[in-house]
Order: sequence, then C-alpha cells, then structure tokens
Amino acid sequence: MATQASTAKAVLAKGRPTGWRRNEAIMAWIFSAPALLLLIVFLLVPFLMAFGLAFTDQRLIPNPNLPTRFVGLRNFVRLLDDETFHRALLNNFLFAAIVVPLQTSLALLLAVVVNQKLRFTNVFRTIYFSPVVTTMVVVAIIWTFLYNPGEGLINAFIQAISLNHLGPYDWLTNTKLAFPAIMLLSIWQGVGFQMVIYLAGLQDIPNELYEAAQVDGANRWQQFWNVTLPQLRNTTIFVVIATTILAFKLFDQVWVMTKGGPQEATMTTMIMVYREGFKQLKVGYASAISVVFFLIVLGVSLLQRVFLREERTVS
Amino acid sequence: MSATTVTKASPYSLGYRVRKGIRLGSTYLVMILLAFFFLFPIIFMLVSSIKTNETQIIRDMSGLAAFVPRGELGIKNYRDVFAQMPFGRFMFNSVFVVGTTVIGGLAVNSMIAYALARLRFRGRQFILTLIIALIIIPFEAVAIPLLLMVNRFGWLDSYHVQIIPFIADPFSIFLFYQFFISLPKDLDEAALVDGASPFRIYWNIILPLSRPVFATVAILQFLSNWGKFLWPLMVTRGFEYRPLPVAIQQFFSQDPKVWGDIFAFSAMITIPVLAVFLLFQKWFVQSVATSGIKG
Repeated sequence: MATQASTAKAVLAKGRPTGWRRNEAIMAWIFSAPALLLLIVFLLVPFLMAFGLAFTDQRLIPNPNLPTRFVGLRNFVRLLDDETFHRALLNNFLFAAIVVPLQTSLALLLAVVVNQKLRFTNVFRTIYFSPVVTTMVVVAIIWTFLYNPGEGLINAFIQAISLNHLGPYDWLTNTKLAFPAIMLLSIWQGVGFQMVIYLAGLQDIPNELYEAAQVDGANRWQQFWNVTLPQLRNTTIFVVIATTILAFKLFDQVWVMTKGGPQEATMTTMIMVYREGFKQLKVGYASAISVVFFLIVLGVSLLQRVFLREERTVS
Repeated sequence: MSATTVTKASPYSLGYRVRKGIRLGSTYLVMILLAFFFLFPIIFMLVSSIKTNETQIIRDMSGLAAFVPRGELGIKNYRDVFAQMPFGRFMFNSVFVVGTTVIGGLAVNSMIAYALARLRFRGRQFILTLIIALIIIPFEAVAIPLLLMVNRFGWLDSYHVQIIPFIADPFSIFLFYQFFISLPKDLDEAALVDGASPFRIYWNIILPLSRPVFATVAILQFLSNWGKFLWPLMVTRGFEYRPLPVAIQQFFSQDPKVWGDIFAFSAMITIPVLAVFLLFQKWFVQSVATSGIKG
C-alpha cells in the first residue's frame, strides 16, 4: 500500500509529461524574463557601473575634447580630504544615533498604547499613521512654516511653556538648530510606519505568556520588561536596522528646507551625491560617494543578519 | 509574591474603581495628546488653505487661531493655484506614473515569483539568490549611474524614465514568492492532471487565491512611489512630465512666497491620499505590518 502510494506520488511529482516539462521550463523563463531583464538593466548594471565609474573622472555630459579617463583611487583619496563629505557622513551617523532610538521607542510606545483593548484605539491608530501617507515634500513645507523664525507656531509654543524664558529661535538658519529641527519632523512623519510593525509584533505574542506572568504576580511594568520586550526582540532589530538605513538615505526634507545649509550644518551623503553628480555633473566623484554609501548600508544590513542568527542559535 | 494576589482589592471596592478610572483617564489623555501632536500640522495646513487673507495667515500663525477657520474664508487660494500653474497636469502626471508603475509591477513581479515558487527549471535557485541579494541595494546607491544611463538613452523629460526603472522590484518579488510558496502544491498537480498549461494555472488558480498579497504589494509600492522626489527632480525639466512633489517644491522655492496658495497646493496633494488611506486603512495597516517580515 505504502509503496504503491509513494510510487504514485513519485510518478506525479517527477512524471510530469515530458512535453509539459519542457513547456514548464520555457514558460518559467518567459515568466521570469520581464522582471529579470528590468532588474539587470536598471539595478544590477547601474550598481556595477557605480563601482566602475568611481575610478574614473566621468562627467554627466561628456566633453568630446576631454575623454573620460581612469583615475585610480583619486576620487576616494579626495573624499578623505573633503570636509563637506566628512560633515555629511558625520551628520548621517548623528541622525541615526539620535533619531533611531527616539523613533523606535516612540513607535513602541504608540503600538503599546493603541494595542490596548479599549474603545477608539483604532481611531488613534489611524491618526498616528496619517503622517506616513503625507508626502515628505509637503511635510517639509508645512514644518518650514511652523519653524518660522519670529512668530512661528513652534516658537510660540516654546515661549508659552517656558513662560517666555526660551526663544524665539531661528530654527532653520541657525547652524546648531537646523539639523535637530529636521530630525523632529522626520520622526513625526515616519514613526507611524514603525508603530504598525510593532503592532504586528505585539499581536504575535502568545497570551499565555502574560497569563503565566500574572500568575507569578508580575505587575504591568514587570510584564512589559520581562515578556513584551524580549518577545519583540526580532521586531526591534528589524525596526532599528530599517530606520538606520533610512537615516542614511536622508534627502527630501533637507533639500526642501535647507539644501544642506546653513554652512553645511544639514549636509548629508545624499545631498552631496545630488550636488556633485547632478548639479556639478561630476558622475565619477558622485559614484565614489555612492559606493561608500552602499558599503555603509550593506554593513548595517549585515548587522541585522548577525543579530538574527544569534537569536536563532540561542533559541 | 502571592501576597500581592491575595491583598489585591476586590473589583467592586471603591478604591479599585477609582484607580481603574484614573488609569483609563490618563491613558486617554496620553492618546489624545499624541493625537494632537500627529494631527496639528495637517489641521494647520487645511485650515490655512481656506484663509484667503494672506496677512491673516501670518497674523494667526503664532497661536490657537492658526487652527480655527475664521476671518475671510473661501476657496480663492485653490483657484489661484489652478490659475498659476497646470495643477491638473501635475496630478495627472503623478497618478499616471505611479499607477503604471504599480500595475506593471504587480504583473511583472508576480509572474517571476510564480515561476520561482511553483515551476521547476534550471537556474531557478540562482535567480532566487540573485533577487534576494538585490533587495539590499537601495535606489539611492544607483541613482547617479542610472541618470548617466537614461541620459545616454535620451530618456530625460518623459514618462517612461519615471516608470520603467521602477517596475521590477526585488522586495515585491520576495513578498509574492513567500505567498505563492505557501499555497498547497496539490492545486497545481490537480490542474496538471487536467492538462492545464503553466499560464492557465497561474491565471485561473494562483491569481484568484492571491488577492491579499496583490493588495499588500500594491499599497507598499504606492507608498514608496507617490512621494518620490530625488529621481523626478533629476529627470524632469519642464512642467509637462513633472510630478506633484517636484511641482510643489518648485512652487515653494519661488519668492515671494504666498503661503495661502502653498497650503492650498499642499492640501490638494494630501487630501486624495488621505481619503484613499481612510477608505482602505485596514489594508494599509496590514500591508505595512507585512513589510516587517523582511530579512
């Protein structure tokens, strides 16, 4: 019986008619071709080009009298001395170091708050998520007005709560305040996304764990520290890594609000890529920056793999 | 430990009810304060967009008046936007570019995922590995070489330069692949016995079962394409092919700034998306939650 059943299965699995099997392979390639072709031409090739161009003095609009030359490591050597680039990298790391912990904890707080079995929590969830569907360029424009140096709403608010001891500040033209101002609106716009990811993580935690903790007499705070947080470990790793990568892609809000100024206080890697590659037409140099940018993103992504693997071997 | 459970107040005692009430009240207070934090810029924008007196917008901006529709109200700012620029054209450009990218992406990405998940052919494992590796490359890292490339193609200032490079998406393929591989194998086997071709299996059996993953991918792709700014900033020149985010940024950077018009423009970009989100919010939230499985 058993052998009969298994041979029948084997016939079914392996014994697809020969004609069909050839057809299957042809169809598979036909199905794969469009996406594969597009990915190769518009992702893989430009990606490899970036590594090639980084070693040349390629310009966006080539000068027929000055052919593109191989320049070895010159672009990278120049990056080592480029103060603007140092500033940009430092800012991206600073942005990650400040925004990632703040945004991640706020996202967790929001998720815990709207995960309660209370009335109207779904309304609040919708409200907290609504900035995510608001285009970043629009967000940056609205906040530019809110950050108005004189009578702007944010200055008025700070003056009111500090009883006129603080402010008004020139948010976007002050070298110390411009970048924190951009951080705040970035958190405002992005945190809803991470909240939803945390919400999914919270709903995956088996209820029995909480019941067991209650039997042990754990209060809500202890339950949060000893059940919720450890159970959200993988979600947190994902959220932290994804937000860190976003911190390195920072461009839209900066370009709208300060264009990297004042005095390069809000310079970022992507602003530099845009300025060097598109405005100055220095494709070779911009490609070198892109390569460094990619290596950082790659490093951050590999960290995620390492942490997740550690988790798996432990459990 | 067990002492706390014993001394826990009875649910009917006054102390218990007061404490419960305080906790409930403070929870709602926190939720409402947070709601105000997330809503105030949006409310501010909507209210200011219907204030037709520019000096009043400036005068109101430093207090609660910024959130109150008062004074001279009307749709003049909206009419100004239409009078000053081809808003309809910008809206069409954005809808067309994003719509085509998303729909094309659904077709192309689901097809390759189907082949990888349910068909047997040589090279399958290699393609799968390649696609998962490609997920890691951010668009930002290839923007400049891609610009050089499309410039050589003579594609600048067009619709296709904004569409074709973004149709195929490794993460969408991955989401489709994960869904397709979870469907029971018997489905194909049964159809196979009936002599159905791979295309018929894909079209008649897999597709009808896969509506949730199609919705998820569509929403995630919509979210990532609708606000796209860097790429159209580089590849569009005139207004003909310019999408909304670039259009409003250019309008915003012209001096003198007319804030009433800027807010009306912002509102017209925001309201349609907010409306779509409110209609399908369950789907939006589910889709975003799914994106967390990455990695």
